[in-house]
Amino acid sequence: MPEAAISVRDLRKSYGGVEAVRGISFDVLRGEIFGLLGPNGAGKTTTVEILEGYRRRSAGQVSVLGSDPAARDLDLRRRIGIVLQSSGFYPRATVRESVEHMAAAYPAPRDPAETIDLVGLSEKAGARAGKLSGGQLRRLDLALALVGDPELIFLDEPTTGFDPAARRAAWEVVRKLKDLGKTVLLTTHYLDEAQSLSDRVGIVKDGLLIAEGPPSQLSRDRASYRVSFRQNGRVIDHETDDPTELLHRLTGEALARGERLEDLSVSRPTLEDVYLELTTRGPE
Amino acid sequence: MTAGALLWRQFRFERRMFWRNPSAAFFNFALPLIFLFLIASVFGHKTNDLNTLVPGIAGMAVMTTTFTSLAFNITFLREQGILKRVRGTPMPPVSYFGGLLANSVLNAVVQVALVIVIGHAVYGLSWAHLDVAELVVFTLVGVVAFGSLGIAMSHAIPNFDAAPAYVNAVFLPMIFISGTFYSTSSLPGVLDAAARALPLKHVIDGLRAAIVTGSGLGSHVGALLALVAWSVAGIALAVRYFRWE
Repeated sequence: MPEAAISVRDLRKSYGGVEAVRGISFDVLRGEIFGLLGPNGAGKTTTVEILEGYRRRSAGQVSVLGSDPAARDLDLRRRIGIVLQSSGFYPRATVRESVEHMAAAYPAPRDPAETIDLVGLSEKAGARAGKLSGGQLRRLDLALALVGDPELIFLDEPTTGFDPAARRAAWEVVRKLKDLGKTVLLTTHYLDEAQSLSDRVGIVKDGLLIAEGPPSQLSRDRASYRVSFRQNGRVIDHETDDPTELLHRLTGEALARGERLEDLSVSRPTLEDVYLELTTRGPE
Repeated sequence: MTAGALLWRQFRFERRMFWRNPSAAFFNFALPLIFLFLIASVFGHKTNDLNTLVPGIAGMAVMTTTFTSLAFNITFLREQGILKRVRGTPMPPVSYFGGLLANSVLNAVVQVALVIVIGHAVYGLSWAHLDVAELVVFTLVGVVAFGSLGIAMSHAIPNFDAAPAYVNAVFLPMIFISGTFYSTSSLPGVLDAAARALPLKHVIDGLRAAIVTGSGLGSHVGALLALVAWSVAGIALAVRYFRWE
């Protein structure tokens, strides 16, 4: 089994008597994309900010690339890249100046021009950050986080506010990071994004990790197949473990009645279905 | 790169950004000189007035280039998330803030020098009693006091939109009671006491001694001690209440 890039054991964090994180444990393996999901206020940002070294934990053990992030060691920060939710750098610096400036802080940075190309900003390399669109600014954030050639990258909602084409482009960048052997901890609100990118996901709710595993595995554990069709203008849904038998019966009945099953589809529950089922239940 | 090399790099980066920001360049660079030209041209026929005005404007320049500029800058950098971003990189804080502060210090030194040179070259201010060592001491202690108070001030400012109101509420009354534009020898007692409690008057008094009267440091120990006290308070507040985000 590969060594863990991130290891979290019984992590707890309280703010003035309120426990925002109530005992979370998980591992992120080297070379893996791990998606951390959960509603606002569930504790995922607190968890990630503890791993990034921005906050101190109240209790538990945390290891990031073998170091304790609370020690705020420069060596650890040379090996990680952070894309925060807020974006932007000096608005009067150009994209190229910003990336070159940050590159100097790292011992073995990537080539700045190649990093700008990697995130698809080459055409804007000479533009000032203050003149970029929201999506372009997010790509600058990504370039600034990648220019140090980190082993581990924290991506906090990297595609919020992107149009669909820009999101697909950003996903390609994240997949390239995986191809380069990087480890990625991804926080996102978009479940299709988590499903498409993550090797494994963890779902956080009320300060606890309530599910963990590969997206397809989570879906399989929960429900089975959904068969739906339209009848008299209404959508009829059936859930079943054995769609073969169900389809045979439904189509047989329809044929006997001389009807057609409009919009017939067989689908696996998505991560979104699992997520909604898990997170909209009452407190456990 | 070493922390020192990164500090130098940050300093050069800040210089480039400073000149690209028209409002910062205006308030830090042009405004004190405009005040000097206008007031000296209108009222500066008498030597007495120039002897008040040149150290007064030099003191004001120390305050705008450090207190005003840093209060604005740090508030902006925090609000934009730039401080938080820098904190997540291997840039040592001493290099980052060193570069940021060096930018302000250079502005202060250049402004004080310009005001003194223009006062001499254009308006005929005598340099007969100029005491360079005393000038350096009062400029530097003024920079430390106002620089640290500017950073401390940024902690009290809730957001960048509010920054001009907070900064000017401190800056404007202080320049009017501290003898920047005119002699405050006939100031009402309460205002005079307020001016003596605040730092700007002591910077101006020290600069006047260094530029005009030639009375040595020994005769201005009180002003120096007051500024050291403000520096200690400013540094303590700047460090104690510092917020990255």
